[in-house]
Amino acid sequence: MQRIINFILRNKNTLLYALLLLISFLLTIQNNDYHRARYFNSANWLSGTVYNSYTSVGQYFDLKAHRDELLRENALLKEQLYNMTGTFSVEMDTSSLDFEVLSARVIKNSYANPDNYITINRGSSDSVLQDMGVISSHGILGIVERSSSNFASVQSVLNSKSNINAKIQHTNYFGSLTWDQQDFRIVQLEDIPRLNPDPMKIGDTIVTGAMSSIFPENIPIGTIVNIDLNQAGSLYEIDVHLFNDMTNLGQVYIIRNRKRPEILGLENQTNDD
Amino acid sequence: MTDSYIMGSVRFIGLVLAQVLVFNHLNILGSINPMVYILFLYWYPVQENRTVLIAISFALGFAVDLFSDTIALHSAASLTAAFFRFPIMRFVFGVNLEFQNFRISGSSRVQQFSFLALLIGVHHIAYFALEIFSLSNLLLILKRIVLTSTSTFVFSVLIAALFSRRRA
Repeated sequence: MQRIINFILRNKNTLLYALLLLISFLLTIQNNDYHRARYFNSANWLSGTVYNSYTSVGQYFDLKAHRDELLRENALLKEQLYNMTGTFSVEMDTSSLDFEVLSARVIKNSYANPDNYITINRGSSDSVLQDMGVISSHGILGIVERSSSNFASVQSVLNSKSNINAKIQHTNYFGSLTWDQQDFRIVQLEDIPRLNPDPMKIGDTIVTGAMSSIFPENIPIGTIVNIDLNQAGSLYEIDVHLFNDMTNLGQVYIIRNRKRPEILGLENQTNDD
Repeated sequence: MTDSYIMGSVRFIGLVLAQVLVFNHLNILGSINPMVYILFLYWYPVQENRTVLIAISFALGFAVDLFSDTIALHSAASLTAAFFRFPIMRFVFGVNLEFQNFRISGSSRVQQFSFLALLIGVHHIAYFALEIFSLSNLLLILKRIVLTSTSTFVFSVLIAALFSRRRA
């Protein structure tokens, strides 16, 4: 016994190092699962508060740019509204709408890591929960991964774990949107089967697909800059230039699909059978 | 004694805030973010308990991790740098380390720089070796190790010069 205690005391530094390193490894491995208990993220109270007070000063420098962006978006929406043919026969009832939209502000953004996360200043107290879509006025940003009471951590499209259903605009060719971690302006659209003639060309727009219960259909993502085939030659590998400037994010919108629990419940039931 | 505790706490908080609020957002050449919080290990008193240093370094890395959404990457790297700090010091400063009143600020500039460079080297290799699991492109990692280490070194030297006690 004496020897064991002596051994521990003699090697306490190495043992402590090994123990803490093991803890780090376990946290890293656990972090690599998609739906995991991710408690240590920047959506916690401490870092959320620090980032929030920091950006509440910095946001004044971008006020003009943000106002211009809002005006541009407003003009676009008004244009759509005035050109709408026909009138609504039924009075719009907001409680029957599928999608609910909430505004939020980005308080922390990163795009230089292999796995990037965005922190926003809305949390579960604003009923922002896991798996809600986040977009800006230009296009999609990511999916809420975890929320604390006042903040939420968003898995950016610039994340190796990100996988979003997307399609080529005006067609029904679906694929999944991933990121190869190389360039923060370019994401990859995969799994679209090879067709003859090619259904798309460089410059075509990529939008979100209908297969996702997170985003509404037809939210803009980006334009095609390069089309390649995979090694087997059966699937396309498409490079998509994002509409969003991921380095400069301000105001964003959170989308909640009211029907998502119903869709998920149905899918689970079918999978169980 | 109390002075060194207060000094240590101020450095801890200051370096974490500087790292997460300023240096994490520099993005030099698109993706290079210097990790200057490693200066904590450079400034830490030489004669202090190593076990405590290892524990504090883990906490330091963990604090940076919390803010940057990089679970345990910084923790493991800063922990490793703390563990190898003593061997590095023995290698750089040699017998001088045995003297009771040895101070890093009293050693030659070459020694100071090589101490800092070796600390940064160990830290960055540990950091990117862990990140390697999620990054497939080897060339990209090597490029990032070299560029990030260089930028961390440059910024650390500048910060160290800024806060060093003026020499007579």
